[in-house]
Amino acid sequence: MESGIVNILVDISLMTLLGITAIGIVRSRNLFATAMLSGIYSLISAAVFVTLDAVDVAFTEAAVGAGISTVLMLGAMTLTRRSEKHAIKLHIGPLFVTIGIGAALIYGTVDMPPFGSTDAPGFQHIVPEYIAGSRDDIQVPNIVTSILASYRGFDTLGETAVIFAAGIGVLFLLGRRREDEEADESSNSGKGEDA
Amino acid sequence: MMFAAAAAGLIIPMLMALVRGLAGPTLYDRVLAGNSFGTKTVLLIAVLGFIGGRPDFLDIALLYALMNFIGTIAILKFFRYRNLGVADSPDSKNGGTA
Repeated sequence: MESGIVNILVDISLMTLLGITAIGIVRSRNLFATAMLSGIYSLISAAVFVTLDAVDVAFTEAAVGAGISTVLMLGAMTLTRRSEKHAIKLHIGPLFVTIGIGAALIYGTVDMPPFGSTDAPGFQHIVPEYIAGSRDDIQVPNIVTSILASYRGFDTLGETAVIFAAGIGVLFLLGRRREDEEADESSNSGKGEDA
Repeated sequence: MMFAAAAAGLIIPMLMALVRGLAGPTLYDRVLAGNSFGTKTVLLIAVLGFIGGRPDFLDIALLYALMNFIGTIAILKFFRYRNLGVADSPDSKNGGTA
């Protein structure tokens, strides 16, 4: 009971920090501050995902959001100026559209099953079969692993093939560019010798 | 109760690091704010694991700590060389003039 109250307090604090960071990102005109704050935003949302027991999602959020996106944003920042143009103009129409959509989404959550409820539609269809069969049919103690690697094995194989193909494509792109640069340099130096 | 106090003792420094990240006059204040915020997140995840009765969150917190370190190195290296390659690559000249 006590840990429940602590969890609620932690959730409220994290959501407050998330709100402060979001307002800071919107208000800040310094692009470097925006990049670092979005990294902090990702770290807070990773902590929120951990409180929701979605540890793998949290890990991806921390790696991609706080790690790679920050570096990519800094990379984009080297191509532009350090500060945003000062152009604050209140747009009433988009504000109302955003508030309306937000209110509709919050209204939609009222009909959702409570968090962690076993009556949720997602847990009704085939999940009881997975839970019952995981230990005896697949003989893998971890249910998530048995679903990913066995029940949905072909799905996972397809995903792995896509990621493998993407990795090979990136390697080809990187390798090609380096060879071209070397060729350019050698041709340039050859011209220099001729001249 | 003890872990609740620990969580509170982590969230308050998180708020302070966030304020430094928002206000910080120099670039390095913000880098340091991001880095220390990451450290606090790692510790908070560990404490949350103990509050929820699952100390195995500690392994995840360790992974976060490693990644936080690599992220800060990447950001600082980016500022030193303007790219993530080696210092004497042709890209660094292009990035420096851009």
